[in-house]
Amino acid sequence: MSTLNPAGWRPEMTSGEAGAGGVPATFTGNRALMLEEPLIFEIGTRETTGVDFDEVAEDFDLGPLTRSAPIGLAGLSESETVRHYTRLSRQNYAIDLGLFPLGSCTMKHNPRLNEKVARMAGFGDVHPLQPQETVQGALAVIHELADWLVKLTGMASVAMSPKAGAHGELCGILCIKAALEARGEDRRVLLVPESAHGTNPATAAFAGFTVEGIPATSEGRVDSDALIARLGPDVAGVMITNPNTCGLFERDMKKISDAVHAAGGYVYCDGANFNAIVGRVRPGDLGVDAMHINLHKTFSTPHGGGGPGSGPVVLSAALAPYAPLPVVKPVDGKLRLVEEENAADHQPDSFGRMTAFHGQMGMFTRALTYILSHGSDGLRQVAEDAVLNANYVLRSLDDVLEAPFGASGPCMHEALFSDRGLADGFSTNDIAKGLIDEGYHPMTVYFPLVVHGAMLVEPTETESLDVLDQFIGALRSLAIRAKQGDEALKTAPHFAPRARLDETLAARKPVLSWQGE
Amino acid sequence: MRYLPLTPDDRTKMLAKIGAASIDDLFVDVPAEARLNGPIADLPAHASELAVERHMAALARQNRAAGDGPFFLGAGAYRHHVPASVDHLIQRGEFLTAYTPYQPEIAQGTLQMLFEFQTQVARLFGMDVANASMYDGSTACWEAVVMARRITKRNKALFSNGVHPHYRSVARTMAHYTGDVVVDSDPELNAASDWAELAASVDKDTSCVVVQYPDILGRIDDMTALSAACAQNGALLIAVVTEPVALGLIKSPGEMGADIVVGEGQSLGVGLQFGGPYVGLFACRQKYVRQMPGRLCGETVDANGKRGFVLTLSTREQHIRREKATSNICTNAGLCALAFSIHMTLLGEAGLRQLAAINHGRAKKAAAALAAVPNVTVLNSGYFNEFTIILPTDARSLVHRMAERGVLAGVSMGRLYPDNDALANGLVVAVTETVTEDDIAAFAKALTEELA
Amino acid sequence: MARYFTEEHEWLDVDGDTVTVGITDFAQGQLGDIVFVELPAVGLDLTQGGDAAVVESVKAASDIYAPVDGTVSEANDALDADPALANSDPEGEGWFFRMSLGDASQLGGLMDAAAYKNFCDNL
Repeated sequence: MSTLNPAGWRPEMTSGEAGAGGVPATFTGNRALMLEEPLIFEIGTRETTGVDFDEVAEDFDLGPLTRSAPIGLAGLSESETVRHYTRLSRQNYAIDLGLFPLGSCTMKHNPRLNEKVARMAGFGDVHPLQPQETVQGALAVIHELADWLVKLTGMASVAMSPKAGAHGELCGILCIKAALEARGEDRRVLLVPESAHGTNPATAAFAGFTVEGIPATSEGRVDSDALIARLGPDVAGVMITNPNTCGLFERDMKKISDAVHAAGGYVYCDGANFNAIVGRVRPGDLGVDAMHINLHKTFSTPHGGGGPGSGPVVLSAALAPYAPLPVVKPVDGKLRLVEEENAADHQPDSFGRMTAFHGQMGMFTRALTYILSHGSDGLRQVAEDAVLNANYVLRSLDDVLEAPFGASGPCMHEALFSDRGLADGFSTNDIAKGLIDEGYHPMTVYFPLVVHGAMLVEPTETESLDVLDQFIGALRSLAIRAKQGDEALKTAPHFAPRARLDETLAARKPVLSWQGE
Repeated sequence: MRYLPLTPDDRTKMLAKIGAASIDDLFVDVPAEARLNGPIADLPAHASELAVERHMAALARQNRAAGDGPFFLGAGAYRHHVPASVDHLIQRGEFLTAYTPYQPEIAQGTLQMLFEFQTQVARLFGMDVANASMYDGSTACWEAVVMARRITKRNKALFSNGVHPHYRSVARTMAHYTGDVVVDSDPELNAASDWAELAASVDKDTSCVVVQYPDILGRIDDMTALSAACAQNGALLIAVVTEPVALGLIKSPGEMGADIVVGEGQSLGVGLQFGGPYVGLFACRQKYVRQMPGRLCGETVDANGKRGFVLTLSTREQHIRREKATSNICTNAGLCALAFSIHMTLLGEAGLRQLAAINHGRAKKAAAALAAVPNVTVLNSGYFNEFTIILPTDARSLVHRMAERGVLAGVSMGRLYPDNDALANGLVVAVTETVTEDDIAAFAKALTEELA
Repeated sequence: MARYFTEEHEWLDVDGDTVTVGITDFAQGQLGDIVFVELPAVGLDLTQGGDAAVVESVKAASDIYAPVDGTVSEANDALDADPALANSDPEGEGWFFRMSLGDASQLGGLMDAAAYKNFCDNL
C-alpha cells in the first residue's frame, strides 16, 4: 500500500458533520484515536513471519502429497501484528468499556482473577488424554464445579461436557429421548412457547422432534391452560425458559411440571436467565428435569466476541442415568473419567458422547473461581442486585416507553419495552443506533418476537446506581426524540467507527473471504 | 463483595423508586414453597481473591503440566509453542469482553478479525469459504455430515476407520437419534489407509464419505481417487483435519477434491486446556454456502461508502429460521478463532511452512530413535508429526509406567479403543517443535528400560 | 391466459396446462429487500399448500407454497444472479417458477385481481 503524497494533497472540508463549517477530512482517513486498519492480506506478505525458530528446517519432499502451490496466507512481524489487532480491538464495544444491557445475554463483569487461574500451567497446559493420575487436580475442578451446580439448582446430577448453551439444550433433549427410548415410547412432539429463543425449536428439530408452539398470555407468560390441554401420549415434553424471555417469572412452572410428568413427559428448562434466580430459587424445586447453565452468562466466563461458551446441563434423578460421556466420578478414592471403557460399570445407560473431550475446561476453571469468590451468599446477592437493577430501569422508563408487561408484576433481571408510541417511521432500531452515539451498546432488539419492536434491557448486577441513572437519562432522551420524530436518529450512529452498514448488499452478493491474491 | 457496586443505601433508594418494601417483593411471583430464605446450606460463603487463588493453585499443582517434562501426546490435541503476543492480544478487554457482533457499527474489530479468519481457514483447507468457527472439530464433523444429508437428500455416511474414535462416537450418538446411518469400524494396524476400500463401497445411497487427514494413526494418503468415486456417485467427500499445522507441508484436502473440510483449530494459538475450549473449523465449496451451519461474516459498505463487515446469510440460522435452521448452533468459538488467527498471522505462509517442516523433522528423528528400541516397530510409511509404534506389550499400562518415569509417552490405542484387543499394543506418538532432542532421548531410554 | 391470486400473496398465470408462479407486489413490499430466493428443482412434484420455495430478506425467511398441484418444469435462474428482480418486477421478470397444472379444479378456489385487491385492502 503506497501512501506517499507527492502531489501534496490537502484535505478538503466535509460538510454535514460536527459544527456548521463541517470538519476536515484527513489524509489517512484516521480521526485521532479512531484508526482505520487494512486487512492483514493488504499489509502482510507471504514471505513475512513474526516468529523466529530455533532451527532451519530441512526441505522435505513428500512426493505427490507435498504442498507446492502457494497457500495465500499473509504474515506480519510481531510489532505489526500487535498493532493490527490492537487497532482492531479499539473498534469494538465491550463490557470493560461500559454498560452492555443486552437482554438474555447477561453481560456482566469478567473478573481477571478467572483469567489468571485459567492460565496456570496445571490447567492451561494439560492434555485431555493424559494418564488420569497426572490430572487429578483438573478432575477435581470439574467435580467441585459440578457439586456447586447441582446444589445451586437442587438437581440430581450434571452433565459437564456440552460446549455452549445450544449444545446443552441438545444434551438435555437427547437425555429425554434416551429416557423415552428406555421406556419403549416413541413420543415425537416437543411443546415450545412462541416466546422461546430460536435455539429451542432448532434444537428440538436437530434432535428429530416435531415442534409445536404454545401461545403466551396477554400478561407475557406461557398459557399454561393451553399447554396442559395439549399434553398427551405423543408429547415428549416441554421446553420452557424461566425466568422467561419477557423478563417474567413463570408463576405456573410447578403446575406445568406436575401436569407434564403426569402425562408421561419431561420438562426442559432453558437456563439462559438463571442469573435472576441463582441462590434464591432452585429449578429442581419447580419440577425441572433438565436445564442448561450458560457459564458465560451467570458465571461470568467471558463472551469473547461470540464464544467460546459452556453449557453444563443439570439433570433430575429421572434423566441423570442417561447423561453423556465422559462424566467424572470418585472411584476407589480417586477421581476417574467415566468414558467408553468403564461406562458399563458407572454410567451404563449413557446416551453416548457429544464432543471429543471433556467439555470446556478453560471455562470450568473460570466459573469455579467466580463461584468461590462470591460464595453462596454472594451469588444470592448477584440475583438480588440484577433483579433490583432491572426493576429500577423498568420503573424509571415506563412513562416514556411502553412496557407491555409492566402491569404483570415485578420483572426479573430484564426490563422489556416495545416501540409503540414512537413517531411514524421510527422504530426500535433508531433508538438502538442512537444509544451507540451515547456510548452504550444497544439492548437486545426485536426479541422476544411476541412483542412489537421489542427492547430487552438487562443491566446485570455489575452496574452502579450512577451508571444506571446516566443510562436511563440517555434512553429517556432517545425515547423522547423518537416520539418527536428527530430525523438525526434515522442516520445514527454518527460517531461510531462505521455508519449503518448495508446488510442487503452483504446478503445479495456475499463476499465471505478476501478475494485478492 | 468486590464485584458488586451497589451500596445498602443505593438499594434502599432504588426500592423506594420501584415502590417495593423489600427485595423479597420483587420475587413475589416465585411460589412460596420454592423460595429460598437464605444462602444454601452446605455451600461456603464468599472468599477473598487471595484465598480463591490459593485454592485453585493447589488444584493446579495436582496436575502434571505438559511442559513439566518429555511430552508426546496428540490424537486430536497438539502442544505447540504459542507466541506471547497471542495471549496478550486476546486478553484485550475489547476482544475478551465483547459480545457477538450483532451491532456492526461498534463491532468492526471482531468482524474484521472473523473475515480474516475465514479467509485464512478457507485458504489453508483449499476451500472457497469458511465460517466463523464451530465448537470444536468433533461437533464440526457431525455438522458436516448433517450438511451433506441436506445437500444430497441421502442419509448414509461412510466413515474411514482412520477418523478419530471420539469423532466417530459423536457421530454415532447423534445418528442414533436423527435416523442417519453411520457406517464405521475400528482401524487395523496397517500402514495403508482404508480409502481404496471406501472408494469401492461408495454407492448411490451414500451422502458422504468422511476421512481424516492425517488420520488417527498419523497416516497420510492421497484422496484424489476417493473424491472421484464420491463425485461419480453424487456423494460428498468430507475431510477432517485435526492438526492444521500439517497443511503447511502436505497438500490441502481442497486440492485433492474434498467438498467440505472441517477441523480442529486448537493447534494454532489455543493451547491444550485439558480438552477445551477449542475451535472448530468449517469450510466448503462456494456452491454449498447456503447449506452451511454457523455464523458467517461478509464484506459490505456503510452509509458513507466505507468498507465494513457484518454477519450475513443469517436466514440459515436458528434465531431466524428456528426449527428449519441449518443447525441449532448459536455461539461460535470467537476468542479461540481470534487466537488461531493471530497465531496464523504471526506465522504467515513462510512461518507455517517452516513450522510444519520442523515438526516433520522432529517426528522423523523420534521415529528413528524409537524404531531403534528393541522389539519396537513404526507402523507408518508416511506421516506428518504423529505416528504409531507397535510395542511388544500392552501400551496402555506401559503409558502409566512411563508416566512414573516422568515421560508422557503418547496416547495408547487401548485408551482410544478400549474394547479392541487387537489394537492394544499400539501407541500413537506426536512430536511437535516443543519436543527437544533430549526429550526424544529420554523417551527412547525409558522405553528401552521398560521393555528390557 | 388468466391470472389468479392466493391468500399467501402469490400470483399465478395459467397458460394451457403451464402455470407460472411468483409473489405479488404487495408481498415484496411487506418483505423488504429480497436477498435470495431458493427455488424448487425441476421435476419436483408439488402439492397445493406444500412448501415450494423460500424467499429471504436480511432478517426473515418466508416459505412460498405451491398454489396448485403439479410438477416443476422451470425455475427462474435470473433470480440467482439478481434477487432484487423480485422487488423491482415481482409480477413480471421476477417470477419464481413454472409448473404443470395437475388439477384445474383447484383454480376455482383462487382469487382474481379484483378479489385480491379487496383482500389486501382489508388486511
